[in-house]
Amino acid sequence: MQTLDNTSRRSFMKIAAAAGGGLFLGFNWTNASALPVVVDAKAVVAGSVSFNSYLSIGTDNIITIISPNPEIGQGIKTAFPMVIAEELDADWKLVKTVQGNLDPGAFERQVTGGSGAVPHSWERLRKAGATARHLLVEAAAARWKVPATECTTSDGKVYHKASGKSAMYGELAEEASKLTAPKDVKLKDEKDFKLIGQSVRNVDNHNIATGKPLFGLDFYREGMLFAIIQRPKAFGYKLKSVDSTAAKAMPGIVDVVTFENSVAVVGKSTWQAQKARQALKIEYEKAADLESSSDHARIFTNLLDNGEATVRRKNGDVESAFKNAAKVIKAEFQCPFLPHSPLEPMNFFAHVREDGVELVGPTQTPDRARGEVAKLTGFSPEKVSVEITRQGGGFGRRLAADFVVEAAHVSKLVKAPLKVVWTREDDMTGGIYRPAVRYRFEAALDKTGQLIGYKLRGVGMNAGNSTREDNFPSGAVENLLIDSVDHKSPITTGPWRAPITNFLAYAEQSFLDEVAEAAGKDPIQFRLELLEKAKKAPAGDVKYDVDRMIAVIKLAAEKSNWGKKKGVHQGFSVYFSHRSYVAQVGEVVMEKGKPVLKNIIAAVDCGIVINKSGSLQQVRGGVVDGFGHAMYGNMTFKDGTPDQSNFNGFRLIRMNEIPEVDVHFVDNGISPTGLGEPALPPTGGAVANAFYKATKQRLRNQPFIEEPAFKGIS
Amino acid sequence: MALFKLNVNKRAYQADVEGDTPLLWVLRDSLGLVGTKYGCGIAQCGACTVHLDGKAVRSCVLPVSAIGTGKVTTIEGLSEKGDHPVQKAWDEVDVAQCGYCQAGQIMTAAALLKEKPKPTEDEIVSGMSGNVCRCGTYHRIREAVKVAASKTN
Repeated sequence: MQTLDNTSRRSFMKIAAAAGGGLFLGFNWTNASALPVVVDAKAVVAGSVSFNSYLSIGTDNIITIISPNPEIGQGIKTAFPMVIAEELDADWKLVKTVQGNLDPGAFERQVTGGSGAVPHSWERLRKAGATARHLLVEAAAARWKVPATECTTSDGKVYHKASGKSAMYGELAEEASKLTAPKDVKLKDEKDFKLIGQSVRNVDNHNIATGKPLFGLDFYREGMLFAIIQRPKAFGYKLKSVDSTAAKAMPGIVDVVTFENSVAVVGKSTWQAQKARQALKIEYEKAADLESSSDHARIFTNLLDNGEATVRRKNGDVESAFKNAAKVIKAEFQCPFLPHSPLEPMNFFAHVREDGVELVGPTQTPDRARGEVAKLTGFSPEKVSVEITRQGGGFGRRLAADFVVEAAHVSKLVKAPLKVVWTREDDMTGGIYRPAVRYRFEAALDKTGQLIGYKLRGVGMNAGNSTREDNFPSGAVENLLIDSVDHKSPITTGPWRAPITNFLAYAEQSFLDEVAEAAGKDPIQFRLELLEKAKKAPAGDVKYDVDRMIAVIKLAAEKSNWGKKKGVHQGFSVYFSHRSYVAQVGEVVMEKGKPVLKNIIAAVDCGIVINKSGSLQQVRGGVVDGFGHAMYGNMTFKDGTPDQSNFNGFRLIRMNEIPEVDVHFVDNGISPTGLGEPALPPTGGAVANAFYKATKQRLRNQPFIEEPAFKGIS
Repeated sequence: MALFKLNVNKRAYQADVEGDTPLLWVLRDSLGLVGTKYGCGIAQCGACTVHLDGKAVRSCVLPVSAIGTGKVTTIEGLSEKGDHPVQKAWDEVDVAQCGYCQAGQIMTAAALLKEKPKPTEDEIVSGMSGNVCRCGTYHRIREAVKVAASKTN
């Protein structure tokens, strides 16, 4: 890690003799070099030998591995280096992990989103490690004048058994780096993995537990100013006039600038800027429709009935199937907006200079941030640098670059390095949200209880397609129609962890539970029968792996002792998303007349598990997130104005409300797929179906806490 | 603006700020102690938890003028080498996902264990439920508090 040099350290530690005789440490950001937050990868690797963009080895045997993708709590900064270290046969104790900065020349897809980093990089990372290992072996073989094939590696050393020779990687690095890297290199057999599949602790544990500056909000720079921005208070408003006289006169305020519909108060500290913002006198005028959440049910229902739907998938003859049905089941499901609420609110450092732009902070899409800032400032993208900090959650919010662009905008206007800080209120009321959605499902059963027809129509919001038309049960139902209608809302929406499926999966899995009941079948048996059909007589394309889905269903049934627990009401759900398969069983127990969710059993197929500890927590966290937001999450608007603005109005799940979460991974040796999102979608369905068993009341809308089944229960 | 003398992590500091400035922002913007986190500003999430005379307090709603001679401990001063039993337990149990809330969680847990060295599970849950973890690491937080309690005499 970059550290302060001695001169600046001395001024930083400027000791002033105090009147009271005590020792005072005078400290002021403006005359001290700030503690750098982001490790400068190039500084760290200076003095060591670089093998490729991911990896360098020092003569001190320290192996530095750069993790290029943003770390938002998904564990990539630990998992990526593990994959490289595995193929390298490195000693994990000597591995130092560094967050890479944006460098499109060195890395592809420096994005955290869509649970896509691991599947994208799995082969690349393995090759990076294996190639370096190959060169180290070649170097040792040349030095010892023995065949490379007789050399072995383990724990950061090359061995030649016959001669008893061995050398640490650090001793060989210089020679190895001069050799030509092979085009193709043999990767390990998965059964020989030593590190992959183990529990490896988060590489930043110590820094986190000791309060080191890691996050974007922790970044300080000499002379840096702080900007607090007032954005329109309602979606659909635009700025009419600003009187900033009083705000400008307040202590510590350097400037107040206006751009687009925003007013930025720039000051010497976060608190001074926050206070001065309250003194702004701003008038707005209506520029678009003002939407209210209370209108959504009406708007959505109207669109479900009369909207012009786009067909997403059609198999067979749905009309005839419903005409000939012995039984038709219909249900509708609706959800509200959700804010992402990462605990670290949006913030970004920007310094627009004459020769380029420096950006530092938390973003899931550094390349997008760079592109948009380049466009704003007129610099070519190469003149815009992006340092990626650790991020206090993302959940999709940091996929957008709005908060980066506005930091650059304000820096450009004020001509100073500054950090834009969003308060929690700004973060919750400033957009972007998981859109509100409504789904209508219809199922046709014949007189033997076979599912002969299936219809789904979704009304999404600013989303185009609010369905996942090729997901189960598509492929298993002969006559099927999935279509969607889009509602354009002035309220800005965007991806929220497991976009679309974070609600669709619950709606679909709840509906299938109703259909199974109407067919007189056990919900698990009902799904297994459908999957058999998808396998033996597929209706159209089947774009999920039927056997992998069956395997997680059976594993969840087995581990939950499905249907055999006395006094425990179980609900089932299974979902395929982001290339992974997850089945869950929710368990509800009645306590003093009140339904309480006690357990969730999750069976997960994400292929090879890289880090056991991180993966286990990723699933648990996804389940807690899925349950918490399904149960309590409710973001509403009146005339375009948010009703909730902080955690006193918007309820997040807390420790006293969590179920136990029991996680089981399928061990199938398949290349790993994503895990940041797939555990979340099935949770709502497993929970709703278990609550139904306990209360005989269906949960048709989120948040569940507002549903009739929970009236009078806190 | 006024000069406030503060005792933070057994060291004397002074900060030239307005009296209504929350301790959180004095720590972060004036003293450079950024381990204490901003999450909500209204004492709802616990990310800003520090100790004032050994008791857990929410620094985001505590005006600097109210501190007087009180002794403030932040995550940076919880232990000299980062080896407080709670900090060690957090690593052993591998609690953190994004890690942003964990300084506040650790400070709450350390104050809880000081008051109740051998808490029951219910006491842990009620003691920790004021702190939000958006990643949902609650199972491990609960486990880590138990581990820390088992290693504290």
